[in-house]
Amino acid sequence: MTPRDQLAPFLHHLADVGLRVEARASPGLAPAQLILVQPGDWSRLGHEAKAWGCRWVAGWGEDVGEGMGETIRINACFEKAGAYLVARTAVPRAAPVLSSHTASYPGADRPERHIRDMLGVVFSDHPDARRWTRHQAWEDSEFPLRRDFPAAGRPQAQTPADYQYNFLLAQGSGVHEIPVGPVHAGIIEPGHFRFQAVGETVLKLEERLGYTHKGIEKIAEGRDAEGLARLAGRVSGDSTVAHAWGACMAMEKAAGLEVPPRAVWLRALMCERERVANHVGDIGAMLNDIAFAFGFTQFARLREEWQRVSREVFGHRFMMDCIVPGGVAADLDARFIAPMRDEAGALRKQIGRLMAIINDLPSVADRVRGAGVLKPEYAKALGCVGYVGRASGMDFDVRRDAPYPPYDGLTVKVPLHHYGDINARARTRLEEIAASFDLIEALLAGLPAGPIRVGWMHPAAGAEGLGLIEGWRGEILSFVRFGADGRIARFFPRDPSWTTWPALELLIHDNIVPDFPVCNKSVNGSYSGHDL
Amino acid sequence: MLRILGKIQRIGIVTEPLPKLDEPALTEIGEQLKARIGEQFGGSLAIREVDAGSCNGCELEIQALNNPYYGIERFGVHFVASPRHADMLLVTGPVSRHMEAALRRTYDATPEPRLVIAAGECGANGGEFGTSYASCGAVSNVVPVDAVIRGCPPTPLALMRGILEAVGRRSS
Repeated sequence: MTPRDQLAPFLHHLADVGLRVEARASPGLAPAQLILVQPGDWSRLGHEAKAWGCRWVAGWGEDVGEGMGETIRINACFEKAGAYLVARTAVPRAAPVLSSHTASYPGADRPERHIRDMLGVVFSDHPDARRWTRHQAWEDSEFPLRRDFPAAGRPQAQTPADYQYNFLLAQGSGVHEIPVGPVHAGIIEPGHFRFQAVGETVLKLEERLGYTHKGIEKIAEGRDAEGLARLAGRVSGDSTVAHAWGACMAMEKAAGLEVPPRAVWLRALMCERERVANHVGDIGAMLNDIAFAFGFTQFARLREEWQRVSREVFGHRFMMDCIVPGGVAADLDARFIAPMRDEAGALRKQIGRLMAIINDLPSVADRVRGAGVLKPEYAKALGCVGYVGRASGMDFDVRRDAPYPPYDGLTVKVPLHHYGDINARARTRLEEIAASFDLIEALLAGLPAGPIRVGWMHPAAGAEGLGLIEGWRGEILSFVRFGADGRIARFFPRDPSWTTWPALELLIHDNIVPDFPVCNKSVNGSYSGHDL
Repeated sequence: MLRILGKIQRIGIVTEPLPKLDEPALTEIGEQLKARIGEQFGGSLAIREVDAGSCNGCELEIQALNNPYYGIERFGVHFVASPRHADMLLVTGPVSRHMEAALRRTYDATPEPRLVIAAGECGANGGEFGTSYASCGAVSNVVPVDAVIRGCPPTPLALMRGILEAVGRRSS
């Protein structure tokens, strides 16, 4: 049974309970199945999908504009056991009201508020009326993703700081509030954290993100395919390979373009290198956050060495702009294959020796064990993906469960832990590094010969495509629709951070404020990838 | 503890001129930087880094300045947690409109005379994001900028060279 066949019983069930659901063919969305749903059935769909055990993956809207019924389309993507479903409905642009999925899926909360801020769709029974992505850069009556909103906007001479955002307040004896950010103390991205604390103990953390909102969805419109690949490579700089791959996969599916085997193998090689670089760097950064300078320095050294090889082999320390529509920008020189295999083997040994030292230290264990626990039921409710989900019992990896070339022909080991503390996330990441070394060795050993790129062909106007990639943070969903002349009409990248930022609010509960940096680093959500 | 010391001894000091890449020696730039900082900043240049909306690529390379290969602290440069302690702001962009006020406030909180460097393509000229309803584009559109460091992202060496040039410009 293919994953897609597993959807048939669910679709029958939806019909049985009286939902008017229509399956539609959309080859660009494959392996996902597209269904059209009546707007009045939208929240019931969420309810039934949850009861069926589906994960809520992402939600996004699209202003379909003139001549197509003046509607705003809303999409929600679900997944179960590797089978993806895209549900679509439409609301009139003049009165864009829809019921919400948030009651069934807490993870839909912020994505629906993002849709409301960007497209003006009101989710009538949404429990939180506050804005999310919008601060003060545009009016509450303006919606940047509407067709009639100019990309240049109508900015004020100076944008005021955000105000009148009602944070939840705790009250009682000894309760105090700690505002942090948007400018943080370290060399990191901006965002705001509002702690309610008693002494050092965190009662409640509330995140306020959106500070790095750069209008990515809007400025994607009108770009050509190469321009979109460049932009996607800057959705989150640490995930440049994964996001560029996701966007290119979506565009290639929309165009019905077959990418040469050598190109997808090289993409996977770069994606695994990106995973190793980030995990290695973050293990060091976590050790830094518990003041273990030796570990930080050693892992920072290993990351630097790894990045230098990326530059030597692929021409860029982060492999930015190496993935292009139709393939990859440059071939791998055969003289690098043996040294890269040796490099993976050597790094595996180095990490093993370092971890033997680190595992021996009670002072490290004391800080990471039992701290920042994300309970499996919370991870499930929020639909957490990547190492954050896998450290809390969410056994899912796109490479294994909905495999795309070249992973469909490779064995992907997926670690799984259940305790959900900092230690579990660090273990998961260390095991993912080891799995990536196996993959790198397999990719180098079996690298097919042949071309690395095929010529780009403009898809028909209206063609849509869906990319699904396991980046180092987890599942990336990338949706693309083309307009006329091969220009992008809609781009929506869902970074896995959307699923893990809400988890940070939960896992910090009852921890002490000084443990926040290491808790945060163990999750390491992307601000830029989330804020778009 | 013995194993930690053993490891430190075995690895030794990896800090070295960059190999293979035909770039001018790191230590050469570093020593010049150290000399300038010695003359103009009493031996210590404090930098407050501000991410004003970047994709995080620039931040990774700025962080790398603190890894043992570059070890920028040995040349007298250190990153500080508050603009109040800073001689220089190292700003990455594009400046999102949502970070505009925070950047202005950070600039105002930095004691004069202050140096401002815009790092990365986006900080220098808006880069892939340009100017839009959500983005002010280049850092110089929001606060006065003394120097820019190009690159997407600039490499750690390019960052060091840019900091050196900015410090040098101040003396001229």
